[in-house]
Amino acid sequence: MAPKSEVLGIYETPDQAADAIARLRATGFDENDFEVLSSTPYPEGAFGEKHVKHRLFAFPFAGAACGLAVGVAWVIGAQVSLPIITGGKPVIAMPAIIQILYEGTMLGAVLFTILGVLFESRLPDGIGLYDNRIADGYIGVSVMAAERRFVEVQVALEQAKPVDIVAKQGSLLRPAPRSASS
Amino acid sequence: MQEPITVDLKTTNRQLFDFVMRTPLWFFNASGALSLILAVGLGIVVGTLWVGLQIFGYSHPVYWAFLIVNFVFWIGISHAGVMISAILRLTQAEWRRPVTRAAEILTVFSLMTAMLHPVIHSGRAWRTLYWAFPYDFMRGMWPNPRSPLVWDPSAIFTYLTSTILFIYVALLPDLAMARDRAPDVVRRFAYSVLSMGFRGTTRQWRIQGVAGILLSALILPIFVSVHSIVSWDFAVTGVPGWHNTVFAPYFVIGAVHSGVSAVVTIMIILRYVFKLQNFITRDHIDALARLLIAVATTWFFFLMLDFMFGLYGTESVEVDTWQRRLFTGAWSTLAIIFILCAFVIPVPMWLFRRVRRSFFLMFLTTILVNIGMWIERFMLIVPGLERKSNLTFQYSTFTPTFWEIAIVLSMLALPAIGLLTFAKVFPIMPAADIREGQVVATTLRIGRANVPATMRE
Repeated sequence: MAPKSEVLGIYETPDQAADAIARLRATGFDENDFEVLSSTPYPEGAFGEKHVKHRLFAFPFAGAACGLAVGVAWVIGAQVSLPIITGGKPVIAMPAIIQILYEGTMLGAVLFTILGVLFESRLPDGIGLYDNRIADGYIGVSVMAAERRFVEVQVALEQAKPVDIVAKQGSLLRPAPRSASS
Repeated sequence: MQEPITVDLKTTNRQLFDFVMRTPLWFFNASGALSLILAVGLGIVVGTLWVGLQIFGYSHPVYWAFLIVNFVFWIGISHAGVMISAILRLTQAEWRRPVTRAAEILTVFSLMTAMLHPVIHSGRAWRTLYWAFPYDFMRGMWPNPRSPLVWDPSAIFTYLTSTILFIYVALLPDLAMARDRAPDVVRRFAYSVLSMGFRGTTRQWRIQGVAGILLSALILPIFVSVHSIVSWDFAVTGVPGWHNTVFAPYFVIGAVHSGVSAVVTIMIILRYVFKLQNFITRDHIDALARLLIAVATTWFFFLMLDFMFGLYGTESVEVDTWQRRLFTGAWSTLAIIFILCAFVIPVPMWLFRRVRRSFFLMFLTTILVNIGMWIERFMLIVPGLERKSNLTFQYSTFTPTFWEIAIVLSMLALPAIGLLTFAKVFPIMPAADIREGQVVATTLRIGRANVPATMRE
């Protein structure tokens, strides 16, 4: 497989970005070849992209089960290790320890949800090609393509009227118009 | 409540990241002054560790006083932050956007402040560790999970960890933006590491949205459990005035009352200090005041329940506790101040739109609420203890010393310095969330009126 490089089209409006995606599809690129970058969430499908599938909802359940198990081990372990009867309560008294089991369960659910967020967001990840104008409201269309297909990508992106097209070596559209927004 | 933000995305970014990227002189003055106040408090704490708890005004059987009151107070303040944030996210309230971050940060630093108090109160701070953590294996020392003093740290640890992670996930897009705007290599590197390569792909935004809802749903039951467990520190004992089934919801709603008030106070301060007039508007304060009317009324209902069931049991010690709280000496004065500050003055004022939309009056009334709520906790805790040993007639009372008052006052500086430091390193308002609000904002023409509206999936 030929090594792939990234090209980034910068667009002023969501319509232009959606147009670029449509043209890339027409050229033969599929969902795995391009990504839309924005500094704010847009409604799903705004760029004609497919529904994002994820399993984030499964993570809290797995975490809750683990948290409950750790809670049970901790509480019962501590009680059995120092079996002093206080206040007439049994050594392992459910009404008195249910709070800790509850907190353990919830903590496990939250921790696993965070892991799920990172996993499903594909983070941590090395920062790819990026442009500071995206932070100011422009929309980026990032395409991973073999270098032999760069011309096709450039044509598809240009037809959607970008403000710029950027590759690793610099701007492909105009001679170095990149602005540092900061 | 749909007053749109009138500035463009670029200006939004510039204004929200201005304090993060640039350090004005007043920051050093303010943090220096707050550090000094905090240092005084910590100096007294170190003195306490050295000479013992004798410098406080305890006398048998009143051993829980200012430090425990302050603990309950700061736990209460911590509650509104995440509650507001989580409920408003779940209900997709549009006006939440500028409010959530500051509220969440207030939660973190007030929780940290709260956690310090039982440790100081124990007199031997290092010993509190093996009350909560099973680490002293060699001597066979294990925590006793049947004790509320172990439930407390487990609940607070869960709440603090969850809140920090909740904030971190919501902060990821803003960290990425800080990375893109960082003026020097060191900060760019630090924000790059923290943002973990977030670029704002469609997938990342989708997961952000789902995570916000999921974590909100998870954190709300934790928030309820924490103050319930704090109330059980008292309610599971046999101390008159404490042993009450209504304590858990009463404490939770009291926490929300003082916490939402604190959020309003903080929002108004942030508005002026960080010049956020474009983002924190009269509409936000108005909406929070409406929420406060409902919360304060519910809290007052629970106060009445506590009072009514205290009297209807006709238990002599319980009735005596209420009698002293309301009609005896300094307690009666405190009772009047507390009820005036926490309910009678602010709530009728909030019924007027002009008050709800006045930053000055809202600032004053919310400060009043928190003065009242601090006194409420004091009146819940100390009068019952005074008659704890009713069979042995070992009656006593509590008179605070200068050192206790100094600790209580100096601890105000800890959340303040925490908030200030956070705002210096990270945007104090969720920039991505605010920008989303700007993107989905629109105006509908209905008849001859232009109505602000929001597009939503």
